[in-house]
Amino acid sequence: MIMTKEKTSAIHLANKDLESSPTVTQNNEIFIAKNFNLWYGENHALKDINLSFHENEISAIIGPSGCGKSTFIKSLNRMVEMVPGVLTEGEILYRDKNILDKDMSVEELRTKVGMVFQKPNPFPKSIYDNVSYGPRIHGIKDKKTLDLIVEKSLRQAAIWDEVKDRLNDNAYGLSGGQQQRICIARTLAVEPDIVLMDEPTSALDPISTIKIEDLMQELKKEYSIIIVTHNMQQAARVSDKTAFFYQGNVIEFNDTNIIFENPHDKRTEDYVTGRFG
Amino acid sequence: MLMDAEVIDKKRNPRIMKNNLMKMLFLFSTLIGLVILIVLLSTTLLDGWRYLTLDFFTNFSSSRPSRAGVKGAIIGTLWLMAFTTPIAIFLSVGTALYLEEYAPKNKFTKFVETNIANLAGVPSVVFGLLGLTIFVRQFGLGNSVLAASLTLALMIMPVIVVASQEALRTVPVAVREASIGMGASKWQTVYRIILPAAIPGIITGIILAISRAIGETAPLVVIGIPVALLATPSSPLDSFQALPMQIYNWVKMPQAEFQNLTAAGIIVLLALLMMMNLVAIVIRNKYSKRY
Ligand SMILES: Nc1ncnc2c1ncn2[C@@H]1O[C@H](COP(=O)(O)OP(=O)(O)OP(=O)(O)O)[C@@H](O)[C@H]1O
Ligand SMILES: [Mg+2]
Repeated sequence: MIMTKEKTSAIHLANKDLESSPTVTQNNEIFIAKNFNLWYGENHALKDINLSFHENEISAIIGPSGCGKSTFIKSLNRMVEMVPGVLTEGEILYRDKNILDKDMSVEELRTKVGMVFQKPNPFPKSIYDNVSYGPRIHGIKDKKTLDLIVEKSLRQAAIWDEVKDRLNDNAYGLSGGQQQRICIARTLAVEPDIVLMDEPTSALDPISTIKIEDLMQELKKEYSIIIVTHNMQQAARVSDKTAFFYQGNVIEFNDTNIIFENPHDKRTEDYVTGRFG
Repeated sequence: MLMDAEVIDKKRNPRIMKNNLMKMLFLFSTLIGLVILIVLLSTTLLDGWRYLTLDFFTNFSSSRPSRAGVKGAIIGTLWLMAFTTPIAIFLSVGTALYLEEYAPKNKFTKFVETNIANLAGVPSVVFGLLGLTIFVRQFGLGNSVLAASLTLALMIMPVIVVASQEALRTVPVAVREASIGMGASKWQTVYRIILPAAIPGIITGIILAISRAIGETAPLVVIGIPVALLATPSSPLDSFQALPMQIYNWVKMPQAEFQNLTAAGIIVLLALLMMMNLVAIVIRNKYSKRY
């Protein structure tokens, strides 16, 4: 491991020891939302959300447009605060710490909780500078270490072979699918604990999409992933758990095969079978 | 068929003719400006180029045209710009960064923004009066390089602020989000992502503003910059001469030869301007990034 992760796991272990009450689910929960509500001004966008996400799992969030999927995952790294007039209520626990607390450092949170956006958004810099950006802002200056991080991240994002000979080229010269994988590499370079992805493949062609889906399966061994997607097949293909959002509520959250084959709620069934509205 | 082919046929020619007419009209406007500019420049060049001798550059101002030169004025103007530029950049880019990146988006910020933009329209004489009252008298700086630099810096600040704000706004939200989303602080995002992307626009604003400052006469007259001085400044607290003042002074002289000196002075001023624009283009090309 190139950036020290020992510290986080140490904290994690300590927290586990403190948990005296018998926990209902597995002990490796990363995120727990408890009665989480969010308003954009008057608009009550998220209503009493209760969800939990686990280590080494891919969780999918599905639901019709405007139901609050992006709002929810942007709440997990508090990016949603960039919108003026946002109000929240309830708790979001990240490794047992309420991230909505005043004393939570958002810089620290966002280092642990990485994000990949819907549209590829590389910096107008070289491929190398894009991927080394995160380590650099966190104070890593040694060129050798940066080289290692860049190569490791690009390999993890399954794009090393395509770009290894032109690391100094501007990232804007790459195709959309390549750019998105550069963005994934950039996120992985800071070795986050969990990666949030908001429709990461919606701007991509099927081949790039498959590449990124394969990549997610690889990443699952080391990371946890929460992915928002409009693509039912994608959710069914890649995820372990699926949450169905509708009008700001979580209607159903369960194992992916249950959501797709045997949903408990009529609305979930209608949505996943495409009979919605 | 709802679209009547005959009507379309009938209307086609008038449409195309109108288009051509407008094209000619716009071309005419461009040409008028161009022609007048060329006439002005060429008469200036014709009048002045023979006076651009070595003596012209090494002599101080004089009441005798054959002895008059721009040494004091050029060096004074360089001193003036050497202090005006950094002061203006510091004040203006700082203000723009604060307003765009840090300030809460509320009515007060909006109010400040609008007022700064309006300051761009205030006549330069008014800034001269402000400089006279505050810097020359209140601060006791006299008619020094520093007093004039502060005055000019304040005068051009609104232009740079507005241009910088516009440049900052062109940096896409998605790129900012990418940086913030990785745990970068606001300043890291500004310094490493936003500023490099906005630099070409900011530089353009700075150069435009400095170009205005370098030729500005009115505030210098109000502050009381001397027209005849036989020394160059050796500190920012010294008095100095400036090119536009020198030109202004020569224009008023009765002897015909001074008119040629005026032209020569204008050529020097234009050359300075062109050099600055060249630097701006180089910097802009170096930093130009595409999105
Ligand atoms: N920046 C914002 N300001 C105000 N309201 C917003 C903002 N972003 C989203 N909303 C509102 O919050 C609700 C949820 O939006 P959100 O973007 O989370 O939906 P979504 O499920 O991600 O939709 P999509 O599938 O189209 O991306 C919508 O009613 C939307 O209008
Ligand atoms: Mg969305």
